[in-house]
Amino acid sequence: MYVADSRATAPASAEGVVRPTAGRRRAAVAPTVLALGTVSLVTDVSSEMVTAVLPLYLVTGLGLSPLGFGLLDGVYNGFSALVRLVGGHLADRGGGRHKWVAGFGYAVSAVCKPLLLLAHSLTAIGLVLAADRTGKGLRTAPRDALISLASTPESRGRAFGVHRAMDTAGALLGPLAAFLILRATVDGYDAVFTVSFCVAVLGVLVLVLFVPGGGRSGGPGGGPDGGPHGRPHGEPDGRSGTGDSPAAPASPASPAERPTLRAAVRLLRRRDLRRVTVCALLLGLATVSDSFVYLLLQRRLGVPDRWFALLPLGTAGAFLLLAVPLGRLADRVGRWTVFLAGHGGLLLAYGLLLTSWHGTALPYAVLVLHGGFYAATDGVLMAVASDGVPESLRSSGLAVVQTGQALARFACSLLFGAAWTVWGDRAALSGAAVALALCAAFSLTLRPKETVTA
Amino acid sequence: MTVRTRILVLVSAVAVLAAVGLASVLHASARAERRDHTQAGGPRVTPGTVTLTGHGRMVFRNMAWGPHRDELTSVPAADPSAARTASGVKCLRFYAASGTGVCLQAVHGPVSDTYRALILDARLRERARYDVPGIPSRARVSPTGHYAAWTAFVGGDSYAGTNFSTRAAIADTRTGRLIPTLESFRIVKDGHPYRAADANFWGVTFAADDRTFYATLATGGSTYLVRGDLRTRTVTALHTNVECPSLSPDGTRVAYKKRVKGAPKDAPWRLYVLNLRTMRETPLAETRSVDDQAVWRDDRTVVYALPGDYGADLYEVPADGSGAVRRISAAAVSPAYVG
Repeated sequence: MYVADSRATAPASAEGVVRPTAGRRRAAVAPTVLALGTVSLVTDVSSEMVTAVLPLYLVTGLGLSPLGFGLLDGVYNGFSALVRLVGGHLADRGGGRHKWVAGFGYAVSAVCKPLLLLAHSLTAIGLVLAADRTGKGLRTAPRDALISLASTPESRGRAFGVHRAMDTAGALLGPLAAFLILRATVDGYDAVFTVSFCVAVLGVLVLVLFVPGGGRSGGPGGGPDGGPHGRPHGEPDGRSGTGDSPAAPASPASPAERPTLRAAVRLLRRRDLRRVTVCALLLGLATVSDSFVYLLLQRRLGVPDRWFALLPLGTAGAFLLLAVPLGRLADRVGRWTVFLAGHGGLLLAYGLLLTSWHGTALPYAVLVLHGGFYAATDGVLMAVASDGVPESLRSSGLAVVQTGQALARFACSLLFGAAWTVWGDRAALSGAAVALALCAAFSLTLRPKETVTA
Repeated sequence: MTVRTRILVLVSAVAVLAAVGLASVLHASARAERRDHTQAGGPRVTPGTVTLTGHGRMVFRNMAWGPHRDELTSVPAADPSAARTASGVKCLRFYAASGTGVCLQAVHGPVSDTYRALILDARLRERARYDVPGIPSRARVSPTGHYAAWTAFVGGDSYAGTNFSTRAAIADTRTGRLIPTLESFRIVKDGHPYRAADANFWGVTFAADDRTFYATLATGGSTYLVRGDLRTRTVTALHTNVECPSLSPDGTRVAYKKRVKGAPKDAPWRLYVLNLRTMRETPLAETRSVDDQAVWRDDRTVVYALPGDYGADLYEVPADGSGAVRRISAAAVSPAYVG
């Protein structure tokens, strides 16, 4: 990380004087972002290992019938949203405990892995999975806050892009690792869970060792903005609120706002954040959940059953490849533009699913668009939202936006499922497409103040 | 901490964690050897010829440890504790009727297992094969041997996802034609056409007319017994709270697992028999939770599997609610009465 960092920044700062845009594009990603990306990559390897073998383990390992287990998911979605808000708020308290709240979240999930070895009933496994997702809920907002605080406003889109790409790479590697272990053993679910635990501990360790603590004081740590490039990466530099403090030019409020609960609620009075949240909510209401997209792909485009399990890999692959380029693009042409264009891509995917044309390339096109949608919106939304939140409330602000989006998407799956039952898949999807187009058009008018010079 | 210290900490931690991980993998792979040794006091298994027309035989998957673990074996139906004859054909799930067998197998790929369904002739030779899109669960052959059906669990894909769906497929063993999923059938519920994204089918059982079948339909949090028609490609909901139906040889009753109130969430089922004419439910004498698609040994007795020391054991109970449970076979699953 460090070597790549210093090598890449040297020409960038020289060039930056003459061609700021090109220089910004070529500048290194902050070491903190790379460290967080590594933590996410490693943690996703760990969690996806478990996810990949869980159905097999329940059915063949424990002899349980997994049907009806999904009911837990619905109930848990609501709780997870609440946990996310709590995580965001706790991280802001005491002047930025992002690292420690995120670390706690990662640690909770890590501890859950060996517990899976002890849980043999559906209830026990349900509880362990719930704890695992509590950990995930707790850490998401503080981690995204750390990413946004460690990058300059001009390069935030790319920083999130790099992080999401690393995260997705982990998600792709996890199942591979798990199946290799199962292949080398006989009923080696215990080995999968043990290795998954070891990998999760490694993730926590990388976070503790290489991510600077103290939230705001973490600083950009080696951006293109004159940060001391020779400094060891991840070394807390002790500066706080210096001239290059990342959010200072972007946030309209004084960065000194105290991170109380009331202040977190007051965040929604800020026009920019409120608009971002409203748009995320509206667009989330028209975002059909992944499992429905795959189901539609199978039904409407006739994807054979044996490929069904591979469909999520298509989305993840496109997400992985496009996250960085689209993050960069967002920094250059405007994040809101890319965010809305991503939803345009999703709309196109809906359109392709609605056509009666059955080309062989169609499923691939839908998956690329679906992955591209995530690449253009997931990290980019956090970058947009970061612009509208003062540093001291960064975690809370991001948590509000994420929670709104998650709840809206959950509501969408309920509505979509109901519409499917009553009117059929074609009508349900047409409805979602119209809703998406309307929400996107509305969001276009609500464009928050751009901080990026195109 | 300096960078050097931190890297040192990381490297030593990686070494310790790698050692723990490696040890757990080695421990799990050593299990293979243990399972290849015959268990003391277990059933005697000898290699031989297994046919699907042998008179008065029960063919099943042998789960006893030893070299013939997971192979199709046969015993006299009248003396299931006799020595087992092993065929060399490995199946996860199996069923047979009228000289036709269906065998759901795992195919060990370089990375992950995939699954397939084999249609077997009376001498266990492969006649057709189909891809199975998930973990095999139920298998059935029609009394005529003309149709085979199987159910697979298809896993969820979200983070720590616990959403599962099932695919129930039916193959015509004479033409080779496959219905990949019953979800393509029209559903009639309460006299009206019914559509739902969450419709799942499992546990197909066939009638003797090569047209009618029964299965479980799950939608909206409930399960239904449906009667299917292979010609009109329609299923009609008949009764609620029925899973894994199994039609009696005389076609008048269905043995099934029913979710009962007050049972623990992970052991919710009891065995019942439903009279299709009167729609009267009769609980059977088995009081444990049964998660299996029962098999009718004759018109009076049903056979089913319960978890045992070596995977599963087979039990039988009278189909009229009377009598008592009897264990007929240890370390065995997926029985079929042939000949």
